Amino acid sequence: MAEVLLKIDGIVKRFGGLVALNQVGLTINKGEIYGLIGPNGAGKTTLFNVLTGLYMPDEGSFTFDGTNLFRAQPHVVVGTGIARTFQNIRLFKEMTALENVMVGRHIRSKAGALGAVLRDKGTRAEEAAIRAKAQELLAYVGISDVADEFAKNLSYGHQRRLEIARALATEPKLLALDEPAAGMNPRETEELKALMEKIRASGITVLLIEHDVKLMMGLCDRIAVLDYGKKIAEGVPEVVRKDPKVIEAYLGVAHS
Amino acid sequence: MTVSVTTTPPANGKKVLGFLASAIILAILPFVVGNAFGNSWVRTLDFALLYVMLALGLNIVVGFAGLLDLGFIAFYAVGAYTFALLGSPHFGIHLPFYITLPLGALIAACFGLLLGTPVLKLKGDYLAIVTLGFGEIIRIFLNNLNAPYNLTNGPQGVNLIDPVSVGGFSLGKTHEFFGISFNSVYMYYYFFLALTVLVVIMAWRLQHSRIGRAWVAMREDDIAAAAMGINIRNIKLLAFALGALSGGVAGGLFASFQGFISPESFGLLESIMILAMVVLGGMGHIPGVILGAVVLTIAPEILRDVIGPLQMATFGKMIVDPENARMLLFGLALVVMMLVRPEGMWPSKRRKAEFDDAKKGH
Repeated sequence: MAEVLLKIDGIVKRFGGLVALNQVGLTINKGEIYGLIGPNGAGKTTLFNVLTGLYMPDEGSFTFDGTNLFRAQPHVVVGTGIARTFQNIRLFKEMTALENVMVGRHIRSKAGALGAVLRDKGTRAEEAAIRAKAQELLAYVGISDVADEFAKNLSYGHQRRLEIARALATEPKLLALDEPAAGMNPRETEELKALMEKIRASGITVLLIEHDVKLMMGLCDRIAVLDYGKKIAEGVPEVVRKDPKVIEAYLGVAHS
Repeated sequence: MTVSVTTTPPANGKKVLGFLASAIILAILPFVVGNAFGNSWVRTLDFALLYVMLALGLNIVVGFAGLLDLGFIAFYAVGAYTFALLGSPHFGIHLPFYITLPLGALIAACFGLLLGTPVLKLKGDYLAIVTLGFGEIIRIFLNNLNAPYNLTNGPQGVNLIDPVSVGGFSLGKTHEFFGISFNSVYMYYYFFLALTVLVVIMAWRLQHSRIGRAWVAMREDDIAAAAMGINIRNIKLLAFALGALSGGVAGGLFASFQGFISPESFGLLESIMILAMVVLGGMGHIPGVILGAVVLTIAPEILRDVIGPLQMATFGKMIVDPENARMLLFGLALVVMMLVRPEGMWPSKRRKAEFDDAKKGH
């Protein structure tokens, strides 16, 4: 039996009268690549935002690595070990690639205003460590050569990678990627897939939202399918693909 | 991959030379100015330094953290009144400046938190309106807290505020060193200069730290910043408190320098003036903000001296009242500046990149 890393149960999220998530429950095991798919508007990104603390769920339970994260603030969620990227890239555009990753180290460092002003030995050592770690991560995702470019000047593929490096800088146990392959060409998608395999191999669990079903089937250990705010299927890709409810959600019902 | 861990560029000869040169220029500046134009201009220099401190404080809030604050003068007022009430005949308390000045700064920082807490969720225009209101509330309080208990002496203000002094050595008097006589405005110049240098170092170090990065991240995208583990609430409050701290120091210095303060000195126009210094100089860029503060303090004074005689020489009579003409020209200069160079006189690389984007229509 695999070890459970994240468990949500009965999660409800309403926006006014609209129920965006209706009693959603799922478990993610340590070390797996877990996929989340569903038609447009199914609530994938809403669920993502709940899992990363950007939305407060109305009901349900949410535990991660033994910690209760129900209605926790985003920085608490990140501190516990969940980091994310965004569907429409949200880098700090007028910061360099290196600075972007250094911001990701914020939660794992502690120099305060006093330390910053006095610049004592500990603060300087920490700052040097932040920089070194950020450079290491840029190398890890393969974009060291653009470290000093403003993020907005990077190519699309590099921006995606930079977002992943920034998320990794928070030392997550779970890395949540919101449509990382969107807008990528087949070659870039292949490279991204390799990067995700590498991240998983380093011991980080990966949660993935993606439209590219082919990519998902080849990459994910398990998949959950959302439709109209409800989970309609969960399991290994081969089984989920054949589930009549999933086929119906994607293709509609055949009328005779 | 080679990992370089240098955080500051190595100091080279050129840098040291530039540093020495500016130190010497700043040291002899009051004498040059005083001998050429008179002591009232040294006084203007003193005020320029006060405004540099204020602008650098506001720059932390507006430039670094991106929070538009239209009531910044309130912290100046809090610092000034703390200093005045604890060092004047008003209550008969005469605490030394090394207690009242830090205390004023601390109380100002607390007021920063007081302002920051209710506006945590506000941005842009809404934040500007609330901070504007906050500034006015402080001023109106100062104006009216003379009854039922006379705390601030109301519109009459507080008079005979103690000058900065240690053990009988007072900056309010003329002193003689090495056979050169230093008038009070000169004494204050060096004292203000020392504190300004401290404020500059504080602002610079904050900017280039973990905290400074968090501020920029929040300014650029607060949702992404939160998702990267930055506690938005704390980092915002910290910006308000630290900005207010420098404002409070400047306020205390102002009170001791003037010897008299009243609520009139802390109006909305002053807040806007300081904001103009930050924006015009180059938001978020310390050298730019210093330049902005110096230019905006000195330019109106020059205009004051020049406009009257100029009109007499050209038209043979006064056409526009010099005081009005001065503000007219000054306003015109601001408008022109914002049209041709909206990023400020001396913007940072980052800020320039933002404006280049805006020009391209992104």
